[in-house]
Amino acid sequence: MQTLETPVTRVVDARGSYCPGPLMELIRAIREGSAGDVIAVYSSDNGSRIDIPKWVEKAGHRLVAIEKRDGYDEIVVEQLR
Amino acid sequence: MERIVVLGGGVGGTLAANLLARRLRRQIGAGEVELTLIDEGGEHVYQPGFMYIAMGGERAERLHRPERSLLNDRIKLVIARAKRIDHAARQVEVEGGQSIGYDWLIIATGARALPDEIPHFTEEAHHFYGADAAARLRAALDAFDGGRIVIGIAGMPYKCPPAPLEVTFLIESELRQRRLRDRSEIHFCSPIGRAFTIESVSEMATPIMEEKGIELHTFFNVEAIDPERRVVQSLEGEELPYDLLILVPPHRGAQVVIDSGLAPPSGWLPTDLHTLEVRGTERVFAIGDATDLPLSKAGSTAHFEAPVAVERIVAAIEGRPPSAKGSYTGKVMCFFEVGDGKGTLLQFDYDHPPRPPRPGRIWHLGKVVFNRVYWHTVPQGRV
Repeated sequence: MQTLETPVTRVVDARGSYCPGPLMELIRAIREGSAGDVIAVYSSDNGSRIDIPKWVEKAGHRLVAIEKRDGYDEIVVEQLR
Repeated sequence: MERIVVLGGGVGGTLAANLLARRLRRQIGAGEVELTLIDEGGEHVYQPGFMYIAMGGERAERLHRPERSLLNDRIKLVIARAKRIDHAARQVEVEGGQSIGYDWLIIATGARALPDEIPHFTEEAHHFYGADAAARLRAALDAFDGGRIVIGIAGMPYKCPPAPLEVTFLIESELRQRRLRDRSEIHFCSPIGRAFTIESVSEMATPIMEEKGIELHTFFNVEAIDPERRVVQSLEGEELPYDLLILVPPHRGAQVVIDSGLAPPSGWLPTDLHTLEVRGTERVFAIGDATDLPLSKAGSTAHFEAPVAVERIVAAIEGRPPSAKGSYTGKVMCFFEVGDGKGTLLQFDYDHPPRPPRPGRIWHLGKVVFNRVYWHTVPQGRV
């Protein structure tokens, strides 16, 4: 999971929300946050494993990790700007 | 005496109240049940018509009627703005100091379009989420004689998810008819990685966009407008110049549910997928745009949700468990315009994504007819 250099600073629990809900929740967190924030998105929607990394690349942030948890994915993103 | 209050006189609220009045006719007549609908303006507005003001043909005066004229006589109508729902005291406080008590509450307070949340929106961008705004867009389209049209979405969720795509197709069609297409570019900006949230609809719409030369920009979440350079900027760091800018404004739920502590700042009420009860409360239901359900904010959703909340209330009053009709399956059905007099149909529920039929004239005509017969069918529960 995340290293000591990238401790999670905010958790967005989007479990139970359907595509594009988790991505939209991440976008909301990025809008409210600032560079250096590390956001963990919990998503139970399989589409998030594809959508979120694509968006992160396009928006110029950094995908730290995608981890399979019990019944959901944890997708960790570092906000770079 | 059981007191039922319906808050909001849109599609969902009006239909729910009329269904309750019909099914509880005897109890209301005997004075065992009192049914009240609270509406801020006392006018029922057919919001799907706004888009057609912008796209030609529709007139604002045909899109509203007095709420009273659509309601069963057994329903008491209170025309006042609700200031606060005090769920601990089971009462709705309305402007002017009156409080209306309830044992059962259906919240059908809808969604608000808030263009002012984006600086320069009002001066620079057009939208179609109100009669006046749609008329201004119509005037801007009439004055348009070629250039770059950018259509985007400045916040999700928003009312009538297909509308921006429909407007894009209808404008493209209009520009061809006016022989302006060669002098125009049309750019459609989607906040997500494809043209539309529902994959099957995206797969239907994307080839039509390609065929019509509409440029799709994915992951373009509108963030700001620079009026001096006439560019719209995305959260993702892109910008697009425009001559005519059409944006879906940010939306929120009603202020009263935020002020009452029932919904977070977004205003969407946390709602059970199947029972439509507002989570953390008892005997309070949410229907229509007011909910946080992962479904279209559309009249159709409210149309199929209202009977669910009604069945649950009627069953409780009759002292029996709710029937299968008291569990919402996520059913939504709506027409989708693709331009050139053609349309398709989106019908889906929680477990079944839509499989839109091949676009044809029949679905466009279906939408035209539905818009006309709405007043005599949906609010009364005849369809």
